Order: sequence, then structure tokens, then C-alpha cells
Amino acid sequence: MSNRCLVATRKGLFTLDRGASKWSIGRVSFLGDNCTLVMHDPRNGELIATLNHGHFGIKMHRSRDGGETWSEIATPKYPEKPADYVPKGPPGSKPADWSLKLVWSLAPGGGDEPGVVWCGTLPGGLFKSENRGDSWELNRPLWDNPLREQWFGGGADHPGIHSICVDPRDARHVAIGVSCGGVWSTRDGGLTWQPPGRGMRAEYMPPEQQFEPNLQDPHIVVQCRANPEVLWVQHHNGIFKSTDAGASWNEITDVKPSAFGFVVAVHPQDANTAWFIPAVKDEKRYPMGGRVIVNRTRDGGKTFETLTRGLPQEHAYDLVFRHGLDVDETGNRLAFGSTTGSVWISEDGGDSWQTVSSNLPPVYAVRFEKAG
Amino acid sequence: MATVRFTRNIQRHVSCPTLDVAGGTLREVLENYFQTNGQARGYVLDDQGRLRQHMVIFVDGDQVHDRDNLSDPVATGSAIDVLQALSGG
Repeated sequence: MSNRCLVATRKGLFTLDRGASKWSIGRVSFLGDNCTLVMHDPRNGELIATLNHGHFGIKMHRSRDGGETWSEIATPKYPEKPADYVPKGPPGSKPADWSLKLVWSLAPGGGDEPGVVWCGTLPGGLFKSENRGDSWELNRPLWDNPLREQWFGGGADHPGIHSICVDPRDARHVAIGVSCGGVWSTRDGGLTWQPPGRGMRAEYMPPEQQFEPNLQDPHIVVQCRANPEVLWVQHHNGIFKSTDAGASWNEITDVKPSAFGFVVAVHPQDANTAWFIPAVKDEKRYPMGGRVIVNRTRDGGKTFETLTRGLPQEHAYDLVFRHGLDVDETGNRLAFGSTTGSVWISEDGGDSWQTVSSNLPPVYAVRFEKAG
Repeated sequence: MATVRFTRNIQRHVSCPTLDVAGGTLREVLENYFQTNGQARGYVLDDQGRLRQHMVIFVDGDQVHDRDNLSDPVATGSAIDVLQALSGG
């Protein structure tokens, strides 16, 4: 099980270590800088952190010694936009700016392709590195797909790829989540892409558009390691599940107190067990009743239990962003971090939680270091 | 040759010493500078080679006019200052 957890925040990257009896903050890297994402690569132990320097743009750093030292690596760069490029988006839409706005997802490739790292970005480009981040290449089959130009930003000014699920059985099978553009997948390592399957519903769209697969807003997509055909999605509109790798989706509606949220984590060995952190939908976005709770299903979404032990139950307004929840490789340890700088860890599958800090900067991403 | 000077705030990310660089336009001068300091390029220019949104360049005290193509003329002996805004919490 994992004894280390990485927390990317508005003011740096924090390392949480499991001591003899409890978790505590260990190393702090990039203090003062906006660390928007972190990835641990179980194949080689390396870390990649993404910094958004604002004026100076987005940069990536890599550590080979668990975060003790870092060196800047390449950042995904969009190719030069042809001068005669004709946008293929719908009439009235604003064409994407071919320039990196945000690194929104990072995922190691398969165990049989060392060095491969995937990177999802705003404004909608998927990049791949074959050398651990020394260089990146835009996936042109997806970028050049006319349907890509129908994507639009959900909350952000640009559409973006926030989820990358690499099938542990076959690394050529990759599913990506797009806000707003649904869940796309490839079976050949990115040479060809299948548009999203049917079943998702976007309540916020006009009636005739609500089931259009390519304009759905999944907030995050996760895949069960032991059963990779099962994908769970916390969607803008609710909770959706697929048992056929995203070819079709079923909405799970009977969820109390709310089906709205940004995060989901799935048990690595049990596809029927998943955790959610609900919030008031969808224009307000704070914990229902000022209570921080975790919803857990153990029967594939038929029923949910609300877990509260160790979590604040009055006047708590912690919102958890889409990369703010993670589960370790055993399924027993979970961690989440909030917009108000709280981090909680559970060592019993969510039954109880310990507070690691209530005073961190706003948390963007929480990631366990996991065994390969 | 023009003298290119960078904001102090960029130096903690990437070393950008003051250098005298050849070029008749701002684009030519900057590209010549980045020839010897490739890492700095991405801190100043975006993916399409435009001046980053919250960066600004002054040529002899005049703010850059052409932020996308950097066609502003540069004279021998010009001083070019590369700066950024600092803001937010």
C-alpha cells in the first residue's frame, strides 16, 4: 500500500508521508509557485510536476529522486497554425487558439512501453511523449478530427482533456475525457479515434441536443484496473457508468444528497466500488448543508452510503476539484484535498478519515505514489 | 547590435543575461538571443511565436506595437527591455 501522497496546490507541491501512527507533511517543492498537476510514474518512480507561471507560461519539471531535486523538461507545444487554415467548427464558434493554455491530465503509458507519457491539455490537444517528457508530440488524428472542433469549454474558456485512462491489459487502448466533448477512445495507440458512445445526458443543453455524445461534460473519468471495461464518470449532470469501455453509458440517478460533483475514484480490484464527493448542483457548488461527505457505492451504483467519520460536519465549504481525490493500489487508502486547503486521508476504504492539514493552499490534485 | 535586458523575475526560472544581439526587427533580435538560450524562448513567446499575453517589451522606451509578429524595427544601439506584469494573490 502507498505510504506517500503528493498534493499539488496553488502555492507549491506538498509531499505527505505516512509516519508510525499518522500522515504528515514532509517535503515542499516549488513553494510559492502554482503547481497545477503532478504525476507519479509507477514504472520508474519518476515524478512530473506541472507549473503554471502565468506570465511566463506553463512549464514541466521532472524528478528522479522522489522530489528531492527537479529539472525542467519540455512542455507540450502546439504546432504552427497554417496561415490558410480554415476552421471546421460550427458556425459562430470561436476557433481554438493553437497555444497551450493548461496541462489538465498526465498519465503513464503501459508497462510494455517505458518512457511513454500521455498529456491532455486545454485547448483540446492530446500530446504523447516517448521519452519521459523530454519531448512531446501532438496527436494529429484527434486534433485533425472535425468533431474535435465542436468541443467547447465547460467553465473554462477552452475545451480540455482532463482524463486519460490507459488500459492495463493493452496500452494501445486509451480512453480520454473531454470537457466538453464526452469520452473518446482509441484501440490502436492514437492512430484512429472512436467518438463518444451514447447514453450521457446534458441537462443544460436544449432538448434536442441533450443526448449528443460529443458535447457532454464529464468532469472526470476513471477506469477499474482489474476490469478495464468499466469506466465511471462524474459528469456535470450526474453519475454515469460504462461496462463496455465507453461504447455506451448508463446514468445513475438515485444518489443522495446529490449526484453533482467533480470527482470519482474506483476501487482498483472491484469495479462495483467507487467513491464520490457530492456538492450542491450546479451553479453554486459547495458541500450540501456545509457538511463534507464522501459517497461510496459497493454494488455498482445501486445504492450509496454516506461516509462522514472524521470529516467536518458544520460550516465546511470545501470543494474538491476533479483531480483532488485518489485511491491507492490496494483500494484501502484514499486521499482528497479541497479548495480551502484541507487534506484528508482514509486507511479503511473511506469508513473514517484523518485530517492531514486544514491550512494548505487551494488543492488542485492529490496523487498517491503507487506500486507498478 | 541592440542590447537585450530581461526582467529580474524571469531569472529565478531561467538565466537571461543582458546581451548585445544583432537584428533589424524585434523578431530578429529575439530569435538571435534565443539561439543561444533556447529555454528562455518559451517563457517570453507562446506556441505560435507571439509575445505572451502578460509580457511586454519596450524598444528604447516605446511599448511594442506588433505583439504577434514582432515586426517593430530595432536600430543599432537600441535598448530592448523584456518585462512582465506581477499581479494576483
